[in-house]
Amino acid sequence: MPEVVHDLHGHAVPGLAHHFDNLEQQREATTLGMWVFLVTEVLFFGGLFVVYAVYRNWYPEAFAAASHELDVMLGGINTAVLITSSLTMALAVHAAQTGKRNLVMLFLIATMVLGGVFLGIKSVEYYHKFVEHHIPGPQFEFAEKELARHAQLFFSLYFLMTGLHALHMVIGFGIMLWMLWWTYRGTITNEYYSPIEISGLYWHFVDIVWIYLFPLLYLLGRHGAH
Amino acid sequence: MARTDAFNHAHHVVPKKIYYTIFGLLMFCTLLTVQIAFMDLGPFNTIAALVIATFKATIVVLFFMHVKYSTRLTWAVVLGSVFWLGILITLTMADYLTRAWRTFG
Repeated sequence: MPEVVHDLHGHAVPGLAHHFDNLEQQREATTLGMWVFLVTEVLFFGGLFVVYAVYRNWYPEAFAAASHELDVMLGGINTAVLITSSLTMALAVHAAQTGKRNLVMLFLIATMVLGGVFLGIKSVEYYHKFVEHHIPGPQFEFAEKELARHAQLFFSLYFLMTGLHALHMVIGFGIMLWMLWWTYRGTITNEYYSPIEISGLYWHFVDIVWIYLFPLLYLLGRHGAH
Repeated sequence: MARTDAFNHAHHVVPKKIYYTIFGLLMFCTLLTVQIAFMDLGPFNTIAALVIATFKATIVVLFFMHVKYSTRLTWAVVLGSVFWLGILITLTMADYLTRAWRTFG
């Protein structure tokens, strides 16, 4: 543990790093830094969403037909699971701010469990796609032969986008584990809860990516001819 | 400079009731977006899906991510991400969506 820092009035502030004036400034700097990182993430995923928009615009029939192959029920359940995990994450931050250590740990575990359920359902979906030969490549098969070529494009984007999202979930799971350890050993207090707060920002961001992925990938081919 | 000890403890704790309300809204919007997807609205299917998703993203950012209670600098960074994403989308689409026009033969 670092040496306890005193503020400008000589009061000991255990959660304060020496290069900040006070906890408020320290928190603002931490939050801002995380947001700057999230901006790069927005543009990182944004590029993929643009690729999706271009190809969907060029091959609407193939994209609608391929989207129809996805399981709306599983995708919908996963959306609900992820939204619930965002709630438990928000409640973990609330518990950290109010200094309820046990509740922080409980909500972090709940968030991890829900994240695990999401990844479990996702792997069931991936398995179905594997069995149905919907993995892009030489073994790819599609019922409507004339659309197969462009349906592969949809599935390439599906696996790239949901895969990258799932990777973020796995990283988020690791971060939650780390925060659980920090909370357990007493690093997290109602003065120094920024780590929980910015881990939450990351988790909610990953939730937002899914909020767009679900309708764009699963729901676009639900009405009309297919 | 407001360098008082009070600053060491001043932080905004969002009431739990707000979190529950946002959660309820997000769940409702998810059901709504699924319902709408099964109706044939032509091009409005995509528009409705994107409007609902953007509404959901906005309430997550404002309340779950506490931006509503954050500094103006944070607001600027968040809006900056939307702005740059807008440039990415607009300039790309200005090319791809207009290729079929063939205005000049």
